Amino acid sequence: MSALDIAHVSYSYGERRALDDVSFALAPGRFSALLGPNGAGKSTLFSLLTRLTVTGQGRIRIAGHDIATNPRAALSKIGVVFQQPTLDLDMTVSRNMTYFAALHGLSGRQAQARIDAALERLDMRERAREKVRALNGGHRRRMEIARALVHNPEVLLLDEPTVGLDTASRRAITDHVHELAGGGLTVFWATHLVDEIAPQDDVVILHRGRVLAHDRAETIAAGKPLTDVFMAMTGAEAEEKTPA
Amino acid sequence: MNPYLTSLTAIVTRESLRFINQRSRFLSALVRPLVWLVVFAAGFRAALGLSIIPPYDTYITYEVYIVPGLCGMIQLFNGMQSSLSLVYDQEMGSMRLLLTSPLPRWWLLFCKLVAGVAVSILQVYVFLAIAAAMGITISPAGYLLALPALVLSGLMLGALGLLLSSTIRQLENFAGVMNFVIFPMFFLSTALYPLWKMAESSQLLRDICAFNPFTHAVELIRFALYQSFNGWALLWVVLCLVLFFGLSLVGYTPTPGTDRRKGRG
Repeated sequence: MSALDIAHVSYSYGERRALDDVSFALAPGRFSALLGPNGAGKSTLFSLLTRLTVTGQGRIRIAGHDIATNPRAALSKIGVVFQQPTLDLDMTVSRNMTYFAALHGLSGRQAQARIDAALERLDMRERAREKVRALNGGHRRRMEIARALVHNPEVLLLDEPTVGLDTASRRAITDHVHELAGGGLTVFWATHLVDEIAPQDDVVILHRGRVLAHDRAETIAAGKPLTDVFMAMTGAEAEEKTPA
Repeated sequence: MNPYLTSLTAIVTRESLRFINQRSRFLSALVRPLVWLVVFAAGFRAALGLSIIPPYDTYITYEVYIVPGLCGMIQLFNGMQSSLSLVYDQEMGSMRLLLTSPLPRWWLLFCKLVAGVAVSILQVYVFLAIAAAMGITISPAGYLLALPALVLSGLMLGALGLLLSSTIRQLENFAGVMNFVIFPMFFLSTALYPLWKMAESSQLLRDICAFNPFTHAVELIRFALYQSFNGWALLWVVLCLVLFFGLSLVGYTPTPGTDRRKGRG
């Protein structure tokens, strides 16, 4: 069974087609990148995967649960890190985590044990009592990732999680999340930065709402730098659509 | 603990802590009705004669008359402020966290509503305590009986705020709420003058006041504070609560083709 199965999904903002017959499936326990330039439809797809937006066209299944017919079961299987930070800055890391755990129905010792484990996984345990405002951008992101793991999701969705971070923080977070995938979690990571993708990762290339490729990064690259291949794919496509 | 109770407790705690942390919000929530009570009521005391009307069984001063209306005003502002924070949360992203929880959406929104009411009731009782210190006292039973009335009126006004936040997607659009919702609701109600007084100047204005749900919220609180029961006000408040909350649920339920925002990436 696929961890995430998307079949023939389309979505439009008025006249503008944001997603056009998107279909792919992610294997469990793998790091899969959703690679696309700005405006490719990545955030729209994430909105659909988190049910903030719904579409009448196509089907989305998360860990076997159809998000249209069984949204609560589907949502319980995903952890989400949004592009925009969603933290209460004046509350401690621990209180932010407890609040999120409660939104998933977790409380008391069970919640505390999960919070400790999630913070430990991201090397954030010693920061639990600090106010979020006191953390730097990299640590805030790590905290959000730890928070997204509290309810033991099967699929972790991250929408451009390294936006606004410096190179060192970006690298640290990318490495951490690759390790999470190594531990059996299915990771779906939206980005427009090719250097966040390892050769053995799966990659879905999305451009102007359509899937251009879905394979291992090294297979898509075919011996060339992935950046060049990505630029050629999306650049060529752009030229095709640009009127002379 | 039951997941529903867990989430309710967490949301109420979060909103209460946020409110307590925002000292300026707490202060302005108190100063606003106190200015009305101390300054406005003092000026109007001489100008506005009040006859004996239920639930009062004697002549009362104007300060005494407007206290329930000011309790309602605290809740009206609070309902709109919660709504403003919901719009802010939607723009800033923290609403997404709430809406991607696997608990039913209606429950999560109801928890938000309850959290807003808890904060508003805290403000009302602090205001009543200050009013009592100024000599406007109510019997202990009145303070107690006002609680269920305040819960209902708070829920109704909060639900109105929720409904507004489900239709207003951007903060800049929210300034209009002040002009088009808060002020008309407050001034076209029995918060500042009784219905018969309004009828003296205009029957139409009197009818609008009688139709205004805020009037019924104020009357529900007024009667409860004086250990009386106003069934008509209760019915109006409950009906409006059900209507506003129902419509806001519709507004917050994603349906294909309702997203008017531009895609970002």
